[in-house]
Amino acid sequence: MTMNVPAELRYTQEHEWVSVEGMSARVGITDYAAQQLGDVVYVSLPAPGAEVTAGEPCGEVESVKSVSDLYSPVDGEVTEVNTELEDDPSLVNAEPYAAGWMFRVRLAAGSDGEAALPPDLLSAAQYEELTKSAG
Amino acid sequence: MHQRLGATMTSFAGWQMPLRYTSETAEHLAVRRAAGLFDLSHMGEITVTGPSAGAALDYALTGQLSAVAPGRARYTMMCAEDGGVLDDLVVYRQGEQEFLVVANAANTATVVGQLRDRAAGYDASVGDATADYALIAIQGPAAAGILAALTDADLGAMKYYAGVFGDVAGRRSWVARTGYTGEDGFEVFCRPGDAEPVWSALSAGGVAAGLLPAGLAARDTLRLEAGMPLYGNELGPDVTPFEAGLGRVVKFDKPGDFVGRPALAARAAEGSAKQLAGLTIASRRVPRHGYPVLAEAGGGRIGAVTSGAPSPTLGVPIAMAYLDAGTAEDSGALAVDVRGEAVPARLTDLPFYRRRS
Repeated sequence: MTMNVPAELRYTQEHEWVSVEGMSARVGITDYAAQQLGDVVYVSLPAPGAEVTAGEPCGEVESVKSVSDLYSPVDGEVTEVNTELEDDPSLVNAEPYAAGWMFRVRLAAGSDGEAALPPDLLSAAQYEELTKSAG
Repeated sequence: MHQRLGATMTSFAGWQMPLRYTSETAEHLAVRRAAGLFDLSHMGEITVTGPSAGAALDYALTGQLSAVAPGRARYTMMCAEDGGVLDDLVVYRQGEQEFLVVANAANTATVVGQLRDRAAGYDASVGDATADYALIAIQGPAAAGILAALTDADLGAMKYYAGVFGDVAGRRSWVARTGYTGEDGFEVFCRPGDAEPVWSALSAGGVAAGLLPAGLAARDTLRLEAGMPLYGNELGPDVTPFEAGLGRVVKFDKPGDFVGRPALAARAAEGSAKQLAGLTIASRRVPRHGYPVLAEAGGGRIGAVTSGAPSPTLGVPIAMAYLDAGTAEDSGALAVDVRGEAVPARLTDLPFYRRRS
């Protein structure tokens, strides 16, 4: 199974990706997760304005065979969700890092003025290692 | 081999099985529109042979297998003394004294053991031949054309639920017009060592017609659309064939006794406390095994979902569920409790999908 793990993104153990763009973060699930789930048929996302907490469930991803919790990789306020997924959840399978993105979070500033991120986010190399050991 | 094809594998009844190769939706639609190729080698094959093989099966199973002509097949069940279903089976009569019983993988050991016990007083022998057979199914409207080019079996003359010995890609096989998808199709029983060449020949022969290799996930949505029960979901030791709407497989008028007869006769006379029903969901939320069915949104529980999935053919989620007897008829607006959300559901006659013949 070929798998795409873009080097510029950060990852979680629960197979979400994070793209940090200034003081906001875009979130989705990884190519590996999408392939494991199979065809995604429904995505339940947090409402804009909702506060999400890193490591806490904030939505659901439903595929033909299963339903899985969607965990927020970061702390912050949801500013935008990908409404395209309502009509076409298969975007998650087709383009997990692009058109299949899920929601955007406004991040708090850390002591250095940069966006604050949880310390346990994984690099692309670390995430790839994780998926290999999972078989 | 399946992993070479990029399959996502799953563990099922002790077998490593392909769950899907690429997209289960694409695989499902290929079977409806062209053809799909399935490796079903996990299924149990049991031989029952001898002068009294037919009589032994009449006693052991709910059907009248002695009345099946050589070269024909029958869908039947094995029940316990209390009428509970131990397995649902397809039985092929391969000769006057030779029957091949195909059991679900998880139930094969039970079926073999029960057949041995139940055949003890008959001039018949029971053998577990699971390791002697691979099973490859080719299903869909293009299946007959693809297979015909690779076999000497006369498919044109073969009726539904019939089978013959023949060569497929030069390998000796039992070729039967049976399946579990709601489409026309064939099942090829060959030697395990012949499985790879048979698979490769069918796969190559089907490319132009749009054949795809298909996994267990597509098989499950295909059989659900076709309203076919799955052992462990719709069937189990706690239900008789009557709850499942399959009372027709119980042949009370056959000569002689059979295991479970008194309990099944009582159930047939008194009616069932629950009935299998079909549900269609208007939203995208998928009802899944075990979810409660409610009389209406906010109403009382009247049953539970046994199988549910998004239907690729209909474009909406569908489900089968056991509902308390009497509740189904007068319920216009049902709901399924999908993890705390009451999702409206509509009663739908089974099957959800019937092929145009």
